[in-house]
Amino acid sequence: MYLMSKHNHDHEDCSYLLGSLSEYVDGTLGEMLCEEIERHIADCEDCRVVINTLEKTVYLYHATTELETPSVPDDVKERLYKRLDLDDFLGKPE
Amino acid sequence: MTTGEQKTDFDLAALQAGDRAEFARFVEAYSGQVYRLALKMLQNPQDAEDILQETFIKAYKALPKFEGRSSLSTWLYRIATNESLMFLRKKHPIQVSVDAPIENDEGQERPRQIIDWCCLPENELMSTEARANLDRSVLQLPESLRAVFLLRDIEGLSTRETAEVLDISESAVKTRLSRARFRLRELLSVYYSERMPSAV
Repeated sequence: MYLMSKHNHDHEDCSYLLGSLSEYVDGTLGEMLCEEIERHIADCEDCRVVINTLEKTVYLYHATTELETPSVPDDVKERLYKRLDLDDFLGKPE
Repeated sequence: MTTGEQKTDFDLAALQAGDRAEFARFVEAYSGQVYRLALKMLQNPQDAEDILQETFIKAYKALPKFEGRSSLSTWLYRIATNESLMFLRKKHPIQVSVDAPIENDEGQERPRQIIDWCCLPENELMSTEARANLDRSVLQLPESLRAVFLLRDIEGLSTRETAEVLDISESAVKTRLSRARFRLRELLSVYYSERMPSAV
């Protein structure tokens, strides 16, 4: 679905709430502001799209990070241990 | 940090005394995260490798002076982040965006892309090409926003830990994270909207 809605209300509210949306998608925003945002998006399609896509943006970065195990390529690790004079510990189990 | 806090079982006295075996455990535990952070900050494997080496060399030298005011992992992230930022500043002393986004009175950028791309299938949102675009988009963030975004949303540090790493207030972390996410949302909206069925 491709949304390009028309605003039928004052834009002031949208601008005022923008700074709170990052905390809103994290679920760390205070109850009163959450309610204010929810009241606002019930009537503002554009802000709903912004919140949904902001939420999805954060989700995509979290999800793709979870798929990667932070690791160092073998050759990079070998050079690191050598530089730190730890070659004798390379490949030793903890 | 969700990942790092699970790895605090190091013998600090041994580390501070220069115990090589304990330092090797420390390197083994954290080199993956340091390398990932540097790679995403710089997007260049050779540069990331240099940062990785410099971070652990500096950590080894500074460990005797570590006072334990933050966790070891936060302290290490601080070294790695500073190394990355110094590297970037040496490489690109002045960064001026010719396409600066529009900001409102509080410095929050106004969204320009109002396109709902959330309905795209997961395999398209997270395809190999899309994931490469996620990384490229991070690289388009100014350094100050990039560092906050990577520490909070990729490395999973808390707001307080990120503030400690960057030596800024928690409120600055929240503001920068919000700006970073909004900018990424704009970039992803452009990318994914071109992949919407109606755009073909």
